[in-house]
Amino acid sequence: MGADGKTRSFTLPSQIADVPGTEGWESMYPYYTRFQPEDDQRFWFYNAMHFPEPMPAFDALTAEVPYEGLGAFTTRIFAFPTTMGIEHRIVNGRIYITANPVTDPAEIQRRLAIFQERAGFYYENWDRLFREWKVRLESLIRELESIKVPSLPEFDDSEVVMKAKGLGQNHFVRENFHRVIELFSKMWHHHFEMLMLGYGAYMVFFDFCKRAFPETADQTVARMVAGIEVLMFRPDDELKRLAKLAIEYGVDDLFNSDCEAKKVLDEMRVRGEAGRRWLAELDKSREPWFNMSTGDGFYHHHLSWNEDLSVPFAALPRYVEQLQRGESLERPTERLKEERERIIAEYRELLRSEQERQAFDQMLGLCHLVFPFVENHKFYCEHWFTSLFFKKVREFGALLVAYGVLAEASDVFHLQYVEIESALADVSLAWAGGGKPLGAAHWRPIIEERKRIIEKLKEWSPPPALGPIPSQINDPALQMLWGITSETLESWSSTAEAGHENEIVGFAASPGVVEGVARVLRNVNDIGQIREGEILVCPVTAPSWGPVFGKIKAAVSDIGGTMSHAAIVAREYGLPAVVGTGQATQRIKTGQRLRVDGNRGIVWILD
Amino acid sequence: MTLTNPNLLSRFAEIGINDRLTVGGKGASLGELVRAGIRVPPGCVVTTAAFERFLSAIDPAGSIRREIEQLTADDLAGCIRVGAEVRARLESATLPEDLQEKIGAHYEELQVAASDFGCGEPVAIRSSATSEDSADASFAGLQDTYLWVRGVDSVIEHVRKCWASLYAVESVIYRRRLKLPEQGLAMGVVIQRMIDSRCSGVMFTRSPNSGDRSVVVVEASWGLGSAVVSGEVTPDKYVVGKITGEIIGRTVSTKLRLHRPNPAGAGVIDEQVPAEQQNAPCLDEDELHALVDTAKLVERHYGCPQDIEWAIARDLPPGENIFLLQSRPETVWASKDTAPVAAPRGKPFDHVFSLLSRGAGKK
Repeated sequence: MGADGKTRSFTLPSQIADVPGTEGWESMYPYYTRFQPEDDQRFWFYNAMHFPEPMPAFDALTAEVPYEGLGAFTTRIFAFPTTMGIEHRIVNGRIYITANPVTDPAEIQRRLAIFQERAGFYYENWDRLFREWKVRLESLIRELESIKVPSLPEFDDSEVVMKAKGLGQNHFVRENFHRVIELFSKMWHHHFEMLMLGYGAYMVFFDFCKRAFPETADQTVARMVAGIEVLMFRPDDELKRLAKLAIEYGVDDLFNSDCEAKKVLDEMRVRGEAGRRWLAELDKSREPWFNMSTGDGFYHHHLSWNEDLSVPFAALPRYVEQLQRGESLERPTERLKEERERIIAEYRELLRSEQERQAFDQMLGLCHLVFPFVENHKFYCEHWFTSLFFKKVREFGALLVAYGVLAEASDVFHLQYVEIESALADVSLAWAGGGKPLGAAHWRPIIEERKRIIEKLKEWSPPPALGPIPSQINDPALQMLWGITSETLESWSSTAEAGHENEIVGFAASPGVVEGVARVLRNVNDIGQIREGEILVCPVTAPSWGPVFGKIKAAVSDIGGTMSHAAIVAREYGLPAVVGTGQATQRIKTGQRLRVDGNRGIVWILD
Repeated sequence: MTLTNPNLLSRFAEIGINDRLTVGGKGASLGELVRAGIRVPPGCVVTTAAFERFLSAIDPAGSIRREIEQLTADDLAGCIRVGAEVRARLESATLPEDLQEKIGAHYEELQVAASDFGCGEPVAIRSSATSEDSADASFAGLQDTYLWVRGVDSVIEHVRKCWASLYAVESVIYRRRLKLPEQGLAMGVVIQRMIDSRCSGVMFTRSPNSGDRSVVVVEASWGLGSAVVSGEVTPDKYVVGKITGEIIGRTVSTKLRLHRPNPAGAGVIDEQVPAEQQNAPCLDEDELHALVDTAKLVERHYGCPQDIEWAIARDLPPGENIFLLQSRPETVWASKDTAPVAAPRGKPFDHVFSLLSRGAGKK
C-alpha cells in the first residue's frame, strides 16, 4: 500500500501491448501459459534469471517441466507449510512467475505435520540420499545417451524378424521421442527432490544471522555457507590442467590469442606423439566436464562446450600465457577455506551466549550438509543432462531434415514438443506407407514466421514486475534465488517512476569497488566479445562463464540473489558484483564507464 | 579512602583503568589506551591527591566541606550562595608551589613531546570524574572541557575551573539530595596536547541503531570533535563489517559547521564549512579502515563494545595521524541484551520446521 492508501502497482498484465510485427506469437506456447484477465489481481515478476531471452517454442518446455517438478515437491510431496508451487505465464515470449503462498494458519499447521515427517526423513538421511541421487542421475544420463534416433532405412533390420521383435523402426520414432521427453521430466523431478529442502536450510541460517547481526551484508552470510570444492569449478579447472599439459608436452605454441578450436585440433594431429597425448587428455576432460552449457541449460542454442569448443578454447590461450609467465592458476582453496573458517569463528565469537552458539552451529552445520547438493546438482541437471537432452532432440530434428520436413535440424526447436510429435508421426506414416511426408509445406512457413517473431521479440524490454505491489513480500525462496524483497520492488518501482539517472541499485553480491568500461551482453553466445578488464553487464551471469570471470573486472546482472551462481562465482574470483538490479541491461550501453560498488550494491553510470 | 596513587600528577603512560579513583574515569581510560598501544595525544592527569593538597592548603580546617554538608537539598538559596563562594575561592586561590611546579614541568614536557607533532603548544583541560557509573558522572559540573588552552598560567587557571565545577550549584544540590559525604569528594583533571584535527568524530564498535556487534559505525565531520559531540553538525556516517572489513553503509551528509582553533591564539571558534567541503566525504577508504582497525583493537583490549572519540591530525602523514581522545564501554544495548536470538533444538533441521511454519495456528 502506498502512503495515500491506494495499492501501488506495476504495469498490469492486461496492459502489455503486442510488439508490432509479432502478432500471433501466442501460437508458439500452450494455452495454459497465457495471462488471464484475473491475473491482473496478482503480483508477477519476470524470471530473467532463468529465462533472459524470448522462448523458442520448444524451449518453453524448460519452464513447464521444472515448474511441474518444483510444485510437485513443495505442494504435494513434502507439503511445505507456507508455500505451494510456482505458476508461470508467457507474454511476448517472456516468462513471468508468481508464487502461491499458504496463509491460513490452520492450513499451515495441517501441512506442517506432514512436512515434519517427510522433510525430516530427507534431512536425517541427507548424505546417503545424495549419494544415491548421484547414482540415479548418472543412470538417467546413460539412459538418455543410449536412446537411438531411428534412421528409418529402406528396409528394416533383419533382426526384427530373426529375433521376432515384431516392432517396426517407425514405432521407435514415437517411443524414443517420448522417452527423451519423459527422461527430461524425471530429471527435473529429481532436481527438485532435494533442492527446496536445501534452500530451507539456507533460509534458517540467513534468518538467524539477520536477527543476530541485523546490519551484516547477505554476501557475508553467504560466504559462511558456501563450500569451497564445488563441481561448477571443475570444468574451468580442467582447462587449467590442459593448459599446463600443453606446456609440458611442448605444444603450447598452438595457443595464441587468435587460435581457433578447429585449427588447433588439426595441428595437434600432425604434432606426433605430443599432439596425440594432448588430444587424449582433452578427450578425458570432455567427458563429462565439457557437458557444460554456455548458459544455464534453459535454451537449445546455449550449446555445451562439447558442441561449441570455441568457449573453452577462448580461455586456453590466456591460461597458457599465464603459466608461461610463471603465474599460478591454482584456486587458492586453502586460503579460501581459512578465510571462511576465520569469518565463521569470529561471528560465532560475537554471539552472546553458549546457547546461541550451539544454535548457530546447528544451523550452519545444516547448511554445510545441504550445500554440496544445492551447488552440485546444477552440473548433473542443467548442464550434463540438459546438454545431452537438447542434442538428442536435435537428432530428431536431423531425422525430420532427412525426410525433408525441416530445412535444418535446429529448426525443430521452433516447434512445441507436441508439434514435433505430430511431425514425426507424419514421417512415420510416410515411411510406412511408402509415400512422402506432408510436413514441409505445413511446418516450414510456420517456422520461418516464428524465427522472425523471436528476433523481433528480442527488442522488447520486459518490465521486471507486473501487477499490484504486494504490501509485504517475505517469501525467503524468492529472496534466496531471485533476490526479490520489498526493497527490491521499491527500487524497481521508484526507478521506473522517477529514477536517479545515473544510479542503479541492486544486491551487493561480492565486495569491492572498481571502475571500468561496460560490455552489455544480452545473449550468452556473444561472450566472445568480452575484452580483458571490461565490466560484464548481463541479464544473468551463468557459472559456466567461469573462464570469462578471469577476464572481467566486475559483474552486474539484472536478476539474482545472494546465493545465485553469479554471486557465488564472483565472490570466488574476488570480483565486485551487483546482482538483481532489474534493469542494468536496459539502462547501460556498451562502452559507458561504470563504477561498480559491490559493497553496497550500487552501479553508477559515469558517462 | 585509600589512595593507591599518591602522586600529584601522573603521565598517561603511568596509569591504567584501575587508577580511576585517583585520576578519574577519563584519565584512567586514556592511560589504559596508551597501555593498549593506541595513539593518544600525550598528557597527564592532575590527581585527586593534588586536589586534596590544594584544598587543605587553602582550607586547613576543613570549613568548606563542613559548610556544604550543613546545607539541605531544598535550600536553593543556600546552595547557590555557598556554591558561588566556594567556586570564587577555588578559582582565585594560588596553587601550592610544588603543585604549580609539577604542572609547569609537565606542560614543558608536552612542548617537547609536542614538537613531534609539529603543531604548537595548545592543550585541552578536561575534568575527569571519579564516580563509577555514567549516571553519577553525568550530574552537572563534571563534564567541563576547555579546548586550545595555551601557556602555563592559563593551564593552571583552567585546572582550578575544573575543580571549582565540583561546587556548581547543580552538583551541590545533587550531593545534598543523596546526602553524599563531602569528605573524599575529588576529581582528576586531564591536561592533554591538542590535535588540530582535519576531521574528527565518534565511532561505535556496536551499532547504535540495531545493537549489531558485527559492525563498527563511524561518524565523521570536519574540524575538532566538539562539533560532532555537541550535535551541531550532522556527520558523515559509515557502517563497516568488523570481521570482513566491507563497507556496508556510507552516508555523506551536508556538514555546515566546524570547530577549529582560534587563529588569534587561544580557544576555539565555530564557523561555516567552506562550500566545496560541505558535501565532500571526510574520510577516504584507507582512513576508514585504519579507524576501524583501531576500534577493534580497543574493543579487544577492553573485552566489550566501546564508544570512542577520535581525531585525524591535519599535518601528519597517514599511519601516524589517527588519535583517540576517549573510549568508554557501550551501555545502551548492553542493558537490552536479554532473550537469545535462538536456542539449540533437538535436531538441527527442527530450525527449518519452526521457520517454515511461522504463522501456523491451531485448527
